[in-house]
Amino acid sequence: MNYADLLRVTLPETALEITALIVLVVDLSILRKSTLRLRVAGAAVLGVIGCGLALMTIPLQAQGGLNFPGSDQLLLAAGGSTAVAQVGILALTVLTLLLLFNSKFTRNVGEFVAVTLMSATGGLVIAAAQDLLVIFIGLELLSLGLYILTAFAKKSGKSAEAAMKYYLFGGMSAAFLLFGFSYLYGVTGSTNLHRIMLGLYTSNAAQAAPLLYVALVMIAAGLGFKVAAVPFHFWAPDTYEGAPAPAAAFIASVSKVASFALLISIGTAALHVFDGMTSRISVSVGFHLQEPQPIYLGFQSAWMEILTVLAVASMVLGNLAALAQRNVRRLLAYSAIAHAGYILLALAYFSRTPASAQAVLYYILTYGLTTIGAFGVVGAVERASGSDQMEAFAGLHRRNPVLAAILLVLFLSLAGIPPLVGFWAKFNLFAAVLGVSKGAVPFALVALAIAMSAVSLYYYLQVLKRAYVTPALDDSKITVHPVTLTALVFIALWVVMMGVFPSILQVWMQSFYAAM
Amino acid sequence: MLAWTIYLSFAGALLEALLPKDKPVLVRWCALTISAAGCVLAVLGFVAGMAHGRTVIADLPWVPAMGIRYTLAADGISLVLVLLTGLAAVAGVLFSWNIELRTNEFFAFYLALIGGVYGVFLSYDLFLLFVFYEIAIVPKYFLISIWGSTRREYGAMKLALYSFVGSAMVLIGLLAAYTTSGSRSTGLVQLAHAGLPVSFQMWAFPLVFIGFGILAGMWPFHTWAPTGHVAAPTAASMLLAGVVMKLGAYGCLRVAMGLFPRGMDPWGFSYLGIGSWRDVFALLAVIGIVYGALVALVQSDFKFVIGYSSVSHMGFVLLGLMTLNQIGMTGAVLQMFSHGIIAGLLFAIVGRIVYERTHTRQLAELEPMYLSKRLPFAAWAFVIAGVASMGLPGFSGFIAELQVLVGSWTAKPWWTAAAGVGIVVGVAYTWRAMQLAFFSDTHSAAHIHEHGHELAPITWPEVAGVSMLVAVSLAVGLYPKILLDAIEPAVKAILAGGGQ
Repeated sequence: MNYADLLRVTLPETALEITALIVLVVDLSILRKSTLRLRVAGAAVLGVIGCGLALMTIPLQAQGGLNFPGSDQLLLAAGGSTAVAQVGILALTVLTLLLLFNSKFTRNVGEFVAVTLMSATGGLVIAAAQDLLVIFIGLELLSLGLYILTAFAKKSGKSAEAAMKYYLFGGMSAAFLLFGFSYLYGVTGSTNLHRIMLGLYTSNAAQAAPLLYVALVMIAAGLGFKVAAVPFHFWAPDTYEGAPAPAAAFIASVSKVASFALLISIGTAALHVFDGMTSRISVSVGFHLQEPQPIYLGFQSAWMEILTVLAVASMVLGNLAALAQRNVRRLLAYSAIAHAGYILLALAYFSRTPASAQAVLYYILTYGLTTIGAFGVVGAVERASGSDQMEAFAGLHRRNPVLAAILLVLFLSLAGIPPLVGFWAKFNLFAAVLGVSKGAVPFALVALAIAMSAVSLYYYLQVLKRAYVTPALDDSKITVHPVTLTALVFIALWVVMMGVFPSILQVWMQSFYAAM
Repeated sequence: MLAWTIYLSFAGALLEALLPKDKPVLVRWCALTISAAGCVLAVLGFVAGMAHGRTVIADLPWVPAMGIRYTLAADGISLVLVLLTGLAAVAGVLFSWNIELRTNEFFAFYLALIGGVYGVFLSYDLFLLFVFYEIAIVPKYFLISIWGSTRREYGAMKLALYSFVGSAMVLIGLLAAYTTSGSRSTGLVQLAHAGLPVSFQMWAFPLVFIGFGILAGMWPFHTWAPTGHVAAPTAASMLLAGVVMKLGAYGCLRVAMGLFPRGMDPWGFSYLGIGSWRDVFALLAVIGIVYGALVALVQSDFKFVIGYSSVSHMGFVLLGLMTLNQIGMTGAVLQMFSHGIIAGLLFAIVGRIVYERTHTRQLAELEPMYLSKRLPFAAWAFVIAGVASMGLPGFSGFIAELQVLVGSWTAKPWWTAAAGVGIVVGVAYTWRAMQLAFFSDTHSAAHIHEHGHELAPITWPEVAGVSMLVAVSLAVGLYPKILLDAIEPAVKAILAGGGQ
């Protein structure tokens, strides 16, 4: 194995890991005696620098990724969707770290930042992984970090409870995922995504179709847990509620980006299965002509059915359950479930062209950005009033007009109101779905999604109503650390900017695909 | 030049939000200056553009990857409605002169709403139109829920949800038209010429028409309108009835009828005389006219009377659109303008001039107040507005409703007969409200002087606003040619199918 090539592909991951260790060392040595404020600032700044370095190494990655030693099977991808997702993960990690200023939930800030960076490394691995084993390693690296981050507020019982629930659900779903992977390996004899897709078109696999369904359902359970899709969503409300605000923001954004990047890899592999084939190969596609044998169509049709079910369940249940929430964090959790539903719809109707991948990435990146901002505001309100119930937001426009304006922009964007980026992301996503298929079913599904996002306006307005209409319970000002406030203003400005000029991000994303 | 109405309003909204909240005088004058400047631009644009058919104001690529362009253009219909928006905006500021609570935020939301409305009337790209349409909806929620009165949070939320269900339907139609046409463009002209299949138009037309129709107060989706109008502060209800309901009607005309004209073709069978979507919506419009008028007749709240009368008058707009002939559709557009002015005036009198002084809108409580003597200005303004609303010759409402009725007679006579009932009831409810609120003489003047405290005198912004709206309605009523010259060619172009 050529380690130089491996290093070139994994430069961003390496940079992050090294930074994580540096953060730990600096926090435990130089800053050991310093005040908490200084330690928070030091750790966060180091983390931000590390992410910046990792960002700079992305253009240096080997084009086309890294093959498995001695074969033509891709191990880690680079460029295209992978690069977009990796840049997104790093940028969102930076923003999460900026929320850390002024937070007092822990004294072990060095560890917090280090674990965050390691988790982000897991995200980077997942975004690139093209092999079941690498995927699993990446997922575990990401998840283990998330469990720790959730439990970080040691004085809060809720935090411990949330972490425990998250961990148990996570461990279970990882087991399901491995089980599914093992069947997939058994059916096709390979752990490489491309080989698996190809193998699923052979007649051997066709006879094992029921086995394939079992495998795919198990995998969907495992990945559905990561993206919080119904019915694997039970951890989400508790975790969002219990975790410290920066950790919750990280879970809601970075971890989602990584998981959806993985789903994009799977979809891309499935649809580009015959790419680069020069010689004639014999595959048996749908050869069971004698009734009543069902026609077997390989991976994509089965996967699409499963994803569609998850998508519909998520957007209906997520939106309806959010209507009843009185706690803003739980509300954000259910809204995250709903958003995952919209994205899963685009993954179910996935296109061979990069259009779908770009639409999904556009959605998840801008959603991640918006959610980090939302958690930033929630965190600030929480610190001032000690509560994350909706009532705590009453009179926010008097207590801190800037924070209220940011909340207005972010929540309206989440609800999909133009000219904010959330609207454009939705439009793009649904146009991608309809671009793949113009049948009655995708039309109906898109109509359902749009109807559901009209429902979502109600609960977002409930929070905004508290912030702007309801009189304040106490009139004390809410102060935010200048760094955090700058980050939040930056996020809100970008949400507006990208909504007014949607092509900024689109052109930027396309530049990654053009290079391939 | 007209594009600056949009930019000016949004810039004004931003400016207002940044002004200090403890200087209401400054904030008010700023708002008046900005809206007046917008109005002047609208008038100038109208004068400059009325002879030229459709003129493109701006046409830039916006999202090249999806073929979305930033296209602003104006034909006669747009010009008339932009003019209406300019006038209504100025009047709204004048009648909000007494807002003391969070004045800067009020006018920020107000101007954002106005900017969105200008944008809708000038957009010639479906995507852009939708963006402006949604921008116009959000500020209404805050205007009503913060500065409103009776059950304001309920009314605001109901309005917001109705609006968004409507816009969700429009969005589905937009996406469907975009992906079905295959033209990689969302331009209204390009989509209209994309040759969308008739089977597609057959389901897209009702979807989009109802989507916009909800905001136009189409029966049976009108229920947001009375509660919203009643809950809203005066300026907001003036804008709601004056221009926002027109957004819906404009969308019905420009988008639903402009893009999916074959959706109005006969189904090939008919049941009880209903044989096409056109018949369905004409029937709903007629029901709206009569139902709105009848409900207005029995209201005990003065503002509800006006609210339901809006539903009734907007029925004429929708009926005029469904006539599909030159005179009926011209009447519909003129009715949009006329109702915008007259409803604004009525809401101003009820919500600002009367309610802010008497603190009640219950007709039963207004009755013993002897308002014709104590507020003669309000009483006479309401008489003028009332007769204009009834459709007395000489005011804009007359010529508009007459054209709609003539048009519908050519299309289907029974529509006219039913709508005529609505006009008669319209006279009755206006008369009843006028009688009860102002001219009741059950108590003697001496009795009032003993019990009634002195009412605040009429202020100059109120006089200015009333005079402006009355003058416009009279001018258009006496010399409708000003507007008709702009509307008629635009309607002709739409009917010919080549308009967009």
